[in-house]
Amino acid sequence: MLEAFVNGFSGLIAGFLHLQAANVIMIMVGGALLYLGIKKDFEPLLLVPIGFGCILVNIPLADLMEPHGFLRTIYDAGIMTELFPLLIFIGIGAMTDFSPVLENPLTFLLGAAGQFGIFLTLALALALGFSKLDAVSIGIIGACDGPTAIYVTSQYAPHLLGAVSVAAYSYMSLVPIIQPPIMRFLTTEKERTVVMKTSRKSVSKTTRLLFPLIITVVGGLIAPKGLPLLGTIMLGNLMLESGAVERLTKASANEIANVVTLLLGISIGATMDGKVFLQTQTLIILGLGFIAICLDTACGVLLGKVLYLTSNGKVNPLIGAAGISAFPMSARVVMKEGQKYNKKNYLLMHAMGANAAGQIGSVIAAAVMLSVLKGMGII
Amino acid sequence: MDNWTFGVTMLMVGMGGTLLTLGIMSVIIALLKKIFPYKKEEEEGSSPS
Repeated sequence: MLEAFVNGFSGLIAGFLHLQAANVIMIMVGGALLYLGIKKDFEPLLLVPIGFGCILVNIPLADLMEPHGFLRTIYDAGIMTELFPLLIFIGIGAMTDFSPVLENPLTFLLGAAGQFGIFLTLALALALGFSKLDAVSIGIIGACDGPTAIYVTSQYAPHLLGAVSVAAYSYMSLVPIIQPPIMRFLTTEKERTVVMKTSRKSVSKTTRLLFPLIITVVGGLIAPKGLPLLGTIMLGNLMLESGAVERLTKASANEIANVVTLLLGISIGATMDGKVFLQTQTLIILGLGFIAICLDTACGVLLGKVLYLTSNGKVNPLIGAAGISAFPMSARVVMKEGQKYNKKNYLLMHAMGANAAGQIGSVIAAAVMLSVLKGMGII
Repeated sequence: MDNWTFGVTMLMVGMGGTLLTLGIMSVIIALLKKIFPYKKEEEEGSSPS
């Protein structure tokens, strides 16, 4: 009788007995993510489920990430199949207005420069001793785009998924803090005060409809390995621009995107098991992710400076910083920074163009990278 | 393939490929705008009467 009592009681304290320091630290990390999401409003839609998933997976003996555990089931169904990031991309396409970039197609170039951090960080990760595919997954943090980072990492370095996703989403929300010092460091006060003309050139409906189709076909032919990313974002945009499938557009931009964001977040949190996550490697990845976004900003601003010089001072180089995928946060940062030096300077429309280009640019960069890897026989 | 060759190839072909692809898209969009210019009627047609 006493033995049965002791055994029964031991079942109740087993969780505490199996709790390791790594689990406690990760539960605190999960709490910190929840704090950032709830109190500081840093990407709450993702940080809240990620933080909670992180807490769940670090409670011992629950076996949530073991075969048939509920988190494992969600993870296998949506992350390992690459379905979640692709569904999110349809939603992004369905809710993004690409007009600013269509009005000024030259801003596509800024969207390209804003991705150079990916490749520079990849080289840096290789130099630090990471394997080729690990370096690719670390570099992709520089896309400044959560779904792209998850798509690439889940395929080629799933063991780094937690660190890469947390870095991608955290730094994306820290864009207003990370970018301004770099923008100020690389530009002169004269450049920052350049007022750009806001001549709104409207785009015809035919062009808007052909844009997603042509980008899909041309982009797909150049970089077929990235077609799932490009095709899904452009499908969403075609639905939005056609206006013919309003219900599907709304569902993609709202219900589907919301449900998938929840499942995606909780699955990423589930990869943050203390035993796997708490390694020096994770800290290095977080550091490299930070460098990637700094390099993106720097390259964007530097191309902005080239455009400033070639246009005889008509382009404000600050808009180059918006050539990343953090949409529309980065455009707002540029607008704010420009107004610090000239209150009458409204850079928002131009920065939105670069920012929309950055969103397409991040997908193209990932697609190009995957196709180059395929061409070299690495994947 | 050694890491050095891989890194340099990714840097050059990756950055160049991204810039080239987006450059091509920029040209295509500019051409589309020339072929299908915006007409004032589109705005008027879509506005409620």
